[in-house]
Amino acid sequence: MTRPRGTLIRNDTVTRINHWITALCFVLLMISGLSMFDPLLYWLSAFFGGGQWARQAHPWIGIVLLISYSGLIIQFWRDNLWNMDDVRWMMAIRRVLANEEEGVPEVARFNAGQKFVFWSMAILVPVLFVTGLVIWEYYFGTWTSIPTQRAALLIHSLCAIGAILIWIVHVYAAIWVRGSMRAMTQGYVTPGWAWRHHRKWFRSLVATGSSGPRPNAVRREAGE
Amino acid sequence: MTNYQSQNYIRISATTLTPPSARNHEAEMAKLIDVTRCIGCKACQAACMEWNDLRSTVGTFHGTLENPMDLDPQTWTLMRFTEHENDKGDLEWLIRKDGCMHCEDPGCLKACPAPGAIVQYENGIVDFISENCIGCGYCVKGCPFNIPRISQVDHKSYKCTLCSDRVAVNLEPACVKACPTGAILFGSKQNMTDWAGERVEDLKSRGFENAGLYDPPGVSGTHVMYVLHHADTPSIYAGLPDNPKISATVEFWKGLIKPVALLGVAAAVVSGFMHWVIAGPNEVQPEDEEEAHRIIEGKNAPKSPPEAAT
Repeated sequence: MTRPRGTLIRNDTVTRINHWITALCFVLLMISGLSMFDPLLYWLSAFFGGGQWARQAHPWIGIVLLISYSGLIIQFWRDNLWNMDDVRWMMAIRRVLANEEEGVPEVARFNAGQKFVFWSMAILVPVLFVTGLVIWEYYFGTWTSIPTQRAALLIHSLCAIGAILIWIVHVYAAIWVRGSMRAMTQGYVTPGWAWRHHRKWFRSLVATGSSGPRPNAVRREAGE
Repeated sequence: MTNYQSQNYIRISATTLTPPSARNHEAEMAKLIDVTRCIGCKACQAACMEWNDLRSTVGTFHGTLENPMDLDPQTWTLMRFTEHENDKGDLEWLIRKDGCMHCEDPGCLKACPAPGAIVQYENGIVDFISENCIGCGYCVKGCPFNIPRISQVDHKSYKCTLCSDRVAVNLEPACVKACPTGAILFGSKQNMTDWAGERVEDLKSRGFENAGLYDPPGVSGTHVMYVLHHADTPSIYAGLPDNPKISATVEFWKGLIKPVALLGVAAAVVSGFMHWVIAGPNEVQPEDEEEAHRIIEGKNAPKSPPEAAT
């Protein structure tokens, strides 16, 4: 991927591929899952060639998502560790929402909102996976008792709705904060973007002479 | 089964519309299984296989008369045998014909996500319309009697149809036809209830004080009823539920959370849109770029000698 001179790498190629595999799986799971959740949305199963196909595909896509999201956890967990700055940032959320980021505590690679999305999914995805196995009729229909399966269905549905709500926040934030989408498609951001939204991250890159995404990353562009 | 009676549904799974119900003068039907007259001959089981062309895989002998050991996609009715020791220490051999109870408030239908895969006819029969079934197994979770079984071959759910195809043309179900002792009867629910009343009286007069009709109110009654000599403890009959009702978990999952979840999702999308309208996009300003470049250049600028800095 060509990257304009002077820009910073926000997400490297492996991360971006990993992210979009996860995103595709999530969308497919959402469509097939909602088709089985509410009769009003049963028509969504048509995207899979009918209800039988949606039902059959759903758990397999779930397995891919679990593996894929594990990859994201490995790459992102360190930068998502919670600290007191995140609490202060959350206290100033009204200013953030009003696009007035001056005076809001400086943010490292991820802000508290992004960390919330990350950790919520890190909890919800495994719960969805385990409850999903319990209700996977074809392979595990006889492994657990029916009351257990009923509980698993309810937990699975509630967690899925939670995950969809968080996904909406995630998608909207990417549309709202201009430049974020390119950070995940082409992988780079301008220094001004980094300064405006992730000042601590920007400072750490400048201090170590890194072009991102982590402060200790080697320079990839000769002569820069 | 396929669909034989398209104009007299009272319920259709996974639909919010009123089902076609023009032919609404049909009587509610019921099958009455008089456990006290059953001799365990399994004629009903054989008749069910014959009429419905079902041939379950031959299993293994487990040392009991129960055969096969459980309901399966090819076994829609099954004689269950229980050796019960009563209070006096006497042995009672309890034989119950197990199968779909055709609930008035069917848990399977409530749980089903596939439109038209489960229907309830005006006459009370709950039927699986196989071509619409997606094999998810939700009916298994919805059923308070543990009846539906999913085929590993065609991924469809199966259970007793109460011979809806026969009943539609005024024949009694195959099991009723085959029963040699008159232990299985079929007719209007009213007639069956009345007849059961006579039977219960007779049983009481012969010392079965707790004899009674099993027509559980927890599922608003059933269209398959039992006459039991011990109606106070149905569970001694191979685990017949004492007070069956649709699980609260299923009711909640298929009730309140569906509209609340969809409203929540819609509200999240609308909030996002409103934020866009009110606050608008957060765009990097030229000053941000200038400030960032100033810092990068400051860092890259040749360092002054340390003594000059002090």
